[in-house]
Amino acid sequence: MKKQGKSVTAKQERAGWMFLIPATILIFIMSFYPIIQALLTSFKTGSSANMQWAKPLTYNYTRMFSDKLFMRSVTNTFLYLIIQVPIMLILAILLAQLLNNRDLKFRGLFRTCVFLPCATALVSYSLIFKSLFATQGLINSILQGLHLTSTNINFLGTAWTAKMVIIIALIWRWTGYNMVFYLAGLQGIEYSVYEAAKIDGANGWKTFWHITVPLLRPTIIMTFIMSINGTLQLFDESVNLTAGGPANSTITMSHYIYNNSFGQGVANFGYASAMSFFVFILVAILAIINLKVGDTRD
Amino acid sequence: MTEKKNRSMIQRRLIPSYIFLTIVSFISVFPLYWMVTAATNKSVDVARGKIFFGNYLMENWQRLNQLQDLGGAMKNSFIYAIVQTVLALFICSLAGYGFELYHDKQKDLLFSILLLAMMVPGVATMIPLFKIMVKLGFLNTVWGFMLPGISTPFLIMMFRQNSRNFPIDIMEAARIDGLGEVQIFFQMYLPVMKATYAAAAVITFMNAWNAYLWPRVIMTDQKAQTMPMLIANLAAGYTIDYGVLMLGVLFCSIPTMVIFFILQKQFTEGITGAVK
Repeated sequence: MKKQGKSVTAKQERAGWMFLIPATILIFIMSFYPIIQALLTSFKTGSSANMQWAKPLTYNYTRMFSDKLFMRSVTNTFLYLIIQVPIMLILAILLAQLLNNRDLKFRGLFRTCVFLPCATALVSYSLIFKSLFATQGLINSILQGLHLTSTNINFLGTAWTAKMVIIIALIWRWTGYNMVFYLAGLQGIEYSVYEAAKIDGANGWKTFWHITVPLLRPTIIMTFIMSINGTLQLFDESVNLTAGGPANSTITMSHYIYNNSFGQGVANFGYASAMSFFVFILVAILAIINLKVGDTRD
Repeated sequence: MTEKKNRSMIQRRLIPSYIFLTIVSFISVFPLYWMVTAATNKSVDVARGKIFFGNYLMENWQRLNQLQDLGGAMKNSFIYAIVQTVLALFICSLAGYGFELYHDKQKDLLFSILLLAMMVPGVATMIPLFKIMVKLGFLNTVWGFMLPGISTPFLIMMFRQNSRNFPIDIMEAARIDGLGEVQIFFQMYLPVMKATYAAAAVITFMNAWNAYLWPRVIMTDQKAQTMPMLIANLAAGYTIDYGVLMLGVLFCSIPTMVIFFILQKQFTEGITGAVK
């Protein structure tokens, strides 16, 4: 790098900045400016055409915390987060560990199969699962065929089973995606480390917890942040798999915010902005905690 | 002899792994297989649990085209996704290249500022962005669709990380040969970074093709609707025709699947570079 530093001329210096300008301007206009706007709008009330400062300014925020439906959407989102993310990530690391074994045959085939769900659109897989778990659907046919149940279970019409279906669907869709990152991370680890562990007599679980997990820590933190970020913004599944139902028992934060801004004929931009800024704060806090946790042992 | 014995012992110890991986693979693939078979069956048969191919494909196809403008939505989705992918790759690779190969303190600082945009969720920016797009007259246009998605911190970071493998000596040599900075990017950097571009293309195309929340906000006209919006409409009624719905879902999934299969290797390589 030093050599390059010396030879950097003014022309090169200018070119360097030129390369960054389009991306930088776009991020400022499409991310930073809107988030500031969202904060400002969150202190206003009224319809989208003539908005006024709310009296008191915090009106939308007080409303938000006393809005039972919004609070339910927060609880739902966190329920998905707490149950789904750990199961999915552990499963993904486990699969990556198994697939990283050079003695294993058909590794490519297994990898492709496990990754395949990621090639489907979120709306697509939501509808596939909606159809599979319909009252008149395949899952019910199978359960009855095996004589496990005698009547059709209304999976999507019962609050807790509807939540379970969303969680199962999420795990199905995203495990392979995370696995690819872990596989990539594992390939960065010298294979000889594993050979050595094997010679030392470490079994599968020991190598998993004492070698794989610690060495994959940066990747785990990255996937953790991505998953939290994604789960906090769940929308497609809530809209298409369960339509938030039954009786809003599976609705997510994004879905509720959408309903208050663009859906159902109401355009309550002030209130929706307050809720969306709350989501932003959550995402930011969790990301910072993650980065801090990730830093400690370095 | 011992070598052979050893190998068969290793394979025997891997039996649980094989069983586990087979089960997981089956669960991963089955819903997709079922989607394909359902598209060829009558709705009642799908509901009854038929899991083999039927002969109702033509009827489903005709019904799908009666209900929705499939050709129009496919065309829209392709245009939006391709334009977004091409522009995103260009803008983000330029930035990643600039941040890594011309890096100094100010640029590193700017990079960490841009990374903060990763924390900004789409749902928080959708109302202000909607207002911006209305003002610019970009509702129902490809501009409105792709502008928020062509400069992402993730892609910039990916190109920046992968640029570390780009040999600086080539740049020096090119400069001595009299190539300008922009020429170096196009003639030296672009060809060397093919794998990264492939991975970035897969990720961006899939994201653009699969996008749902933002298109639903920005595409108010039925004529501008995307494939995910179309299939969501198919499922919105009280009585769902599962055969027709799954045929729609199949059409929505084919492009991303094809791209995934073609570029799978490059994709994995690109990710590997990003993780390092």
